[in-house]
Amino acid sequence: MSMNSPRSTPLYLDHAATTPLLAEARAALLDGFAHWANPSSPHAAGRTARALLEEARGRIKAALEWDGEVILTSGASEALALAIGACVQPLAAVSAVEHEAVLRHAGAARRLGVDRSGQVNPGECGFAGLVAVQQANNETGVLQPLYAVAEAVREAGGLLLADCAQGAGKLTLPDADLIALSAHKFGGPIGVGALLVRDWALLRPTGGQERGYRGGTENLPGALAMAAALEAGQGWLDEAVALRSRLDAGITAAGGEVIAGDTARVPTIGAYRMPGRSARAQLIGFDAQGIAVSAGSACSSGSLKPSHVLGAMDIAAEAAGEVIRVSLGRETTAADIDRFLAAWTGMKARP
Amino acid sequence: MIYLDYQATTPLAPEAREAMLPWLVGPEAMGFANPHSPHRPGRMAAAAIEIAREQVAALFPPGGRVVFTSGATEALNLAILGSGRRHLAVSAIEHAAVLETARFADPDVAVLPVDATGLVNPEAELPSEVELVAVMQINNEIGTIQPVERLAQRARAAGALVVCDAVQGAGKLAAPAGADLVAISAHKLHGPKGIGALWIRDGVELSPQVHGGGQEGGLRSGTLSPALCAGFGAAAQLAAARCEADAAHVAALWEAARAALPGFVLNGSETERWHGNLNLRREGLDVARLMSGLRNIAFSAGSACASGSGKPSHVLRAIGLSDKEARSSIRLGFGRYTGMSEVAEACAQIAAAADAQ
Repeated sequence: MSMNSPRSTPLYLDHAATTPLLAEARAALLDGFAHWANPSSPHAAGRTARALLEEARGRIKAALEWDGEVILTSGASEALALAIGACVQPLAAVSAVEHEAVLRHAGAARRLGVDRSGQVNPGECGFAGLVAVQQANNETGVLQPLYAVAEAVREAGGLLLADCAQGAGKLTLPDADLIALSAHKFGGPIGVGALLVRDWALLRPTGGQERGYRGGTENLPGALAMAAALEAGQGWLDEAVALRSRLDAGITAAGGEVIAGDTARVPTIGAYRMPGRSARAQLIGFDAQGIAVSAGSACSSGSLKPSHVLGAMDIAAEAAGEVIRVSLGRETTAADIDRFLAAWTGMKARP
Repeated sequence: MIYLDYQATTPLAPEAREAMLPWLVGPEAMGFANPHSPHRPGRMAAAAIEIAREQVAALFPPGGRVVFTSGATEALNLAILGSGRRHLAVSAIEHAAVLETARFADPDVAVLPVDATGLVNPEAELPSEVELVAVMQINNEIGTIQPVERLAQRARAAGALVVCDAVQGAGKLAAPAGADLVAISAHKLHGPKGIGALWIRDGVELSPQVHGGGQEGGLRSGTLSPALCAGFGAAAQLAAARCEADAAHVAALWEAARAALPGFVLNGSETERWHGNLNLRREGLDVARLMSGLRNIAFSAGSACASGSGKPSHVLRAIGLSDKEARSSIRLGFGRYTGMSEVAEACAQIAAAADAQ
C-alpha cells in the first residue's frame, strides 16, 4: 500500500484491534504450512505433526510461565465461550467493563460495577461461582486489581476467569484459574488463541481433540506461530510506557482529556476525548490522513452504540461519544506519536 | 513419504498458500489489519473476506449464506446446537462431530441404520416427533455417497431441519440438495487448517454459540482471519475449477489400487462412492503391524480423530462387520496431488507386507 505524500503514509495506531504479524511468527506459520498432516493421524507424518503441536504447546506454556494446562482454540472469543460453557461452576458475576465476548454469555450473572478510575472493587468480587474479570480493558487499557480479586474469589470458594486478550504476551499473567488469550493481539496470526486452565478438573470435557475439551482438527501452523510470537519477547514495552506518557501529555496540553489517566493501564492503550467533536468525525478525519485509530473495540466500531465501558465509568454519553482509542505497537515511534498529536491538535483547532 | 490419507487432511494447495501471503504481513504493509475495523486497512481486509466468502459460497446453491467458523466441528456445533431443536435423528455413520453433538443436544437421539454397503436407507422411518435430521454427504471412513436429497425431502416433509456434514464432499460433488445447513472445512479441500464454514439456507434461524463482538451477523463472534479466509476462498475456487479433473484422477488411482490389492475386500458400496477413498479389509490382517512396517506410507485405519482410541470403527460396525473384520481394515485416501506411481508403489508394499504376515 504505497502512498505518495508523507502526509498520507499509513500510520497504524490501532494495535489493540490487531497488531502486525511478527517476522518470527510468519516464519513459523510458513514452516507450519509445510507440516500439513493431521496431528491425530497415526502415521509418521501425523506423529511428526503431533510432536510439533505438543512442542508448541510446551513453548507457549514456558513463554507464559504457565504451569497449568493449555487448550488451543480459534481465538479468545471461543476460549471465553468454552470457559463459561464448560466450567464446573456456573457464571456468577462479571465486571461491567468486560468485552462483549464475556458479556453476551453473562445472562443473569451479577454485574460488578467499576468506579470512575475504571476498576472493580475486589471486596465485591467474592462469589462462590465463576467470576469473570478482565486483565486490561480493550478500550481504556485500565488494569483490574486481579491479585486482590483472585483472593476474594478464592476466599468465597469461586473460580476466576480472566480475559487476558489485551495483556497476554505483554504483562505477567494474573493468578487466575482460567485465562483466555488471542495470538493476534501479540504478534501471532489471527485465528488461534488459547484457554489456559489451572487444572483439568475445572472443566467438563465435551469430547474431541485437545484432551476431549475442544473438537476440531488442530491448527498446527497457528500454534507454532503463537509460540514464536510469545518467544519474541516484549522488551519494547518500556518504550511504549514512555510513548504513551508522551501521548497523554500531548493530548492534555492540547486541551483534550485522558480517560483513566491516573489509573494503572496497559502501556499500549490510551483513550482520549476531544471535547466538541464526535468520535465518528474524528475517525473519518484521521482515516483521511492515513491514520488508523478506533472508537472503542473494532468489533463494535460499526455499531456507534455508546461504549458500555465508558458508561460504566460514569462518563456521560455525550462525552463518551467524543472518545477515541489510540493503541501502540512494537514499531510505534516517537515521531509517530508526534505526527498523531499534530493531527489531533489540528483537528481540534478546526471549527 | 507417500501420503494416502486424504480424508484426514489434504496438502495445502500452492494457490491457497499464495492467496494467504498478502494477509500475513508485518508493519511494512497494512494487510495485517483487523477486518472489523472501520479504517482503511480494516476495510481492505474486510473486502478480502467478502471476496473469499463469494468464492466459498460458489460451492453452494443460491438461496443461502456462508458463515465462517474455525472449522467443520464448530460449524456443526453451531448448526445442531444453534438450531435449538431437541428431537434429533442422525445416520449411524456420522462423524463424531455430529454424533457427539447430537447426543449432547438429545440424549435419546434416533440413529438411522445403514445397509451392508454403507448407505442410509432414505425411506427409513423417522421418529414422529423428529425436529432435525443429520446425514453426511460422503462418509469419511468408507467414502460412500449418501442419498441426502431423498432423505432431506422426507425429513423436511416431516417438519425437520436437515443438517449435512459435507466435509468430504465439498469441492468434489455438487452441494447436497435439500439440506438446510451444510458444514465444510477448508483443510479437507486443500485449504488451510483453522477455518471452515456453515452454509445456512435463507430463513433458517440459528442462535450463536460463541458470543462477543458480533461478527458474522452476530452468529459467530471472533476476529476473522483474512489470510485463512483468502486461503479457503482460493482453495474453494480451485476445487470448483478442477472438480472434473480431480474426480477423473482419483477414479484412475482407485481402479489401479483396487487391481493391485486383489486379496482385499472392499468396505462400502462399489458404485455409490467417492473414489478418493478406498477402505479395504483382509481376513486376519494385523493392521497395527502393517502400519508399523510401512513407515514411509501414510495411511490409516479409520478416522484420524478416533485413531489411538483403540475402539473398533463405529462405521464398520454399522455396515455389519465384526470387530475382528473391522480391525483388519485399512483406509487409503487419494487426491489431486497423488501420483499414479505413488499408488502403485504403496500398493505393492502393502500387498507384500500383508502376504508376509
